[in-house]
Amino acid sequence: MGRRPLPVLDAAPGAAVRVRVLQPPGHIRTPHYLRGKTGVIERRLGPFGNPEQLAYGLPGAPLPLYRVRFTMAEVWGNRAERPDDTLDAEIYGHWLEAP
Amino acid sequence: MDPLNNKRWHDMGGDAAGPLPMEDGRPVEHDFALWEKRVDALMVLMTSKGHFTVDGLRRAIEDMGPQAFESMSYYDRWIAAVNQNMIETGAYTLTELGERMEQVARRGPTYGQASLAGA
Amino acid sequence: MAIGWKPPDMPHDHHDHTHPNRADNDMPLTYWQCMEIALRELLVEKGITTQQEIAAQIDAMDARSPADGARVVARAWSDPAFRTRLLQDASAASREMGFDIGALRLIAVENTAQVHNVIVCTLCSCYPRNLLGLSPDWYKSREYRSRVVIEPRRVLAEFGLTLPDTTTIRVHDSTADMRYVVLPARPAGTDDLTEAQLAALVTRDSMIGTALARPPA
Repeated sequence: MGRRPLPVLDAAPGAAVRVRVLQPPGHIRTPHYLRGKTGVIERRLGPFGNPEQLAYGLPGAPLPLYRVRFTMAEVWGNRAERPDDTLDAEIYGHWLEAP
Repeated sequence: MDPLNNKRWHDMGGDAAGPLPMEDGRPVEHDFALWEKRVDALMVLMTSKGHFTVDGLRRAIEDMGPQAFESMSYYDRWIAAVNQNMIETGAYTLTELGERMEQVARRGPTYGQASLAGA
Repeated sequence: MAIGWKPPDMPHDHHDHTHPNRADNDMPLTYWQCMEIALRELLVEKGITTQQEIAAQIDAMDARSPADGARVVARAWSDPAFRTRLLQDASAASREMGFDIGALRLIAVENTAQVHNVIVCTLCSCYPRNLLGLSPDWYKSREYRSRVVIEPRRVLAEFGLTLPDTTTIRVHDSTADMRYVVLPARPAGTDDLTEAQLAALVTRDSMIGTALARPPA
């Protein structure tokens, strides 16, 4: 059985990116509160093994990992304490798409 | 209502929650017991030796469900997850573990008595 | 055999040095403690590890404490070139000072008058343990993990910390392979202090972001 490569975003620091809205079960390291949110690549962190495979004893094919910066306004809307406070999280490339 | 919403219990960012648990006017913390340090050491050793990954540890904890967060301590969950992962590697069987736990419990009612001397 | 969560230990002073083991060898054996003993014995008997190796790892972890991080911060405050290296690659900078941080991938984030950083792991409890030692219970609590990403200022207020209106908060959710440590702002009135004296001002909480470094006495 062949395996299609995951669609993985290749983006540079400063690029705007949107976190994909997917709802799989299981071990996912993309926090629910960031799905569908748009942020900016703060830095590229390099390739890291896919935790969604490593968690199940499978070899985790390396994926680009990014630190993405979001404004609190983007993440929480009018619930944010301060709209310009920010939230950084590390998101794997297969969970990001162009906004 | 979104039929595909699947926020798992451990994915806590933004959940409603009360004030930080406090003790002595400060957010709570405790000194670690020997058994907890042993659990921690086993996790570090088994992952560094390649028997499983920290991802597997996390996955096993997540799969315990929300009740585990209420009824088990942090290191209770960790030893349960270390065990889950080591069982999955075939290092020992559930029956072996069960038999050894019976033997351990028969040594005495406290952690000190149940531990082998010199261990 | 009781199954259950053991409540936190008796009240005691909070310091930044290593604590001895709690004297709970006399506590009733729980199911999970029984599992720990049994599992450990099986792993040793099957040659997967040894008691000596386990003891050595406990010692290695016991030797790590916030004092290590404090020394790194004090060096960064004292040596601008080191500060630059720390901000570029905090793992390399920590190793440069002789700390055995293992495979820890560390990023140091700097507090300034304009920006205050706070660290959390909402998904579990990832923490820069190889530089600071084991994490405090509150860091792992539902309350901290849930709230600090949405209402950091209210959470910091529970630590007794209120930031100026002009300060922006930057929360870091350690969702993947990196670990974060805050480089707190150097307190005013510390120009004459030695590195060791500076390190004494750097608390564990100031390196997580829930406190500022202490002012000089």
